[in-house]
Amino acid sequence: MNTFLVILIGQILINNYVMCQFYGICPFLGVSKKVDTALGMGMAVTFVITLASFITWLVQNFILVPLELEYLQTIAFILVIAVLVQVVENALKKLSPSLYQALGVYLPLITTNCVVLAVAQKNVTEGAIMDGQTLGLLASTFCGFCAAIGFTLALVLLAGIRERMEQSNMPKWMEGFPGALIMAGLMAIAFMGFGGLLQGLHLVG
Amino acid sequence: MADRKNTVTRTFLNGLITENPTFTLMLGMCPTLGVTTAASNGIGMGLATTFVLVCSNLFISLLRKIIPDKVRIPAYIVIIASFVTMVDLFMKAYLPDLSKSLGSYIPLIVVNCIIFARAESFAAKNGPVQSLADGLGMGLGFTASITLLSIVRELFGSGTIFGAQIMPESYQPMDIMNKVPGGFITLGLMMILVNAIKKIIGKRRAARKEALA
Repeated sequence: MNTFLVILIGQILINNYVMCQFYGICPFLGVSKKVDTALGMGMAVTFVITLASFITWLVQNFILVPLELEYLQTIAFILVIAVLVQVVENALKKLSPSLYQALGVYLPLITTNCVVLAVAQKNVTEGAIMDGQTLGLLASTFCGFCAAIGFTLALVLLAGIRERMEQSNMPKWMEGFPGALIMAGLMAIAFMGFGGLLQGLHLVG
Repeated sequence: MADRKNTVTRTFLNGLITENPTFTLMLGMCPTLGVTTAASNGIGMGLATTFVLVCSNLFISLLRKIIPDKVRIPAYIVIIASFVTMVDLFMKAYLPDLSKSLGSYIPLIVVNCIIFARAESFAAKNGPVQSLADGLGMGLGFTASITLLSIVRELFGSGTIFGAQIMPESYQPMDIMNKVPGGFITLGLMMILVNAIKKIIGKRRAARKEALA
């Protein structure tokens, strides 16, 4: 159980993929203009990352490792992700048209969201935050889910700030991306504060 | 022939300056921010991306009439991922230090949106020569901007440029420049600068046009 607690807090706060590690910056800056769309994107990403961590773990341990094809990891994983995104898109179109319409635009974008690939690779190589120890199937999937929640959190927070910035009287040269980048920098400083949590968690363990 | 050469040059310069992927299109932000703590990392990442971009642009442009429209995204991904794997293995074998410091960002070139965007919006519609020029221009534009960013970050974060001491010994390195917040803030400030320069150039051009008219 403790492992899961470490993963939960570690992936969302301490090693947040966007705020502490620079993954997924493009969608982070691109779709953070409105809270609604940020939330939609976050949901779609969560769905895909969770599934992708599950499948890539299976691919790695049951196909690539037994056949000694680890060097094909990048190709195999990105193909899994691209196919998965396509499948999710088609499935949603049939099963839940309303959700499909809400997420529609963002679904194809997920293929090129580097959080998805980074999570999948870290799960099987470094074992995410677990001191180099690789994770099992369940923990990997959970790890992916938490990483995605962390991504969503960062995205929604920035979107909230940017919505307020739109209404306030900003200097002209700060409008748009420069302002968003500096806000993101300030948020990242705040997230650095969570770094100390890790030691506390280890003490509990 | 001269005309054709002209458009090739223009495509090249378009990528390098006018539509600079980092400062104008805001593409490929993850490696831009992730690896730019040292100038050598910036150059290495830029050149690796340029190689992949040039090769994938060329191949996608050659295959553009064969690839069916419906499966084009998986097809592009396979082409791009093959070149990325080549670069990854090459760097692991010949440049192990650089490979280690770039870490997981090398395999992640696959999902660099610059490469994808150029494949989709340029290579899929233009001939191989044009696509090659576009790939080279965009790649070098990317290299130039991330090298610039990494020089600034290395200078303030460690007091060095390319590992050579620049700041006086008494300089206290700003550790935050090497961390995530430093990356965001430096890029934001540089973008303000670039926008200001663009505005000045635009104004000058307008003034010159007026003077001519």
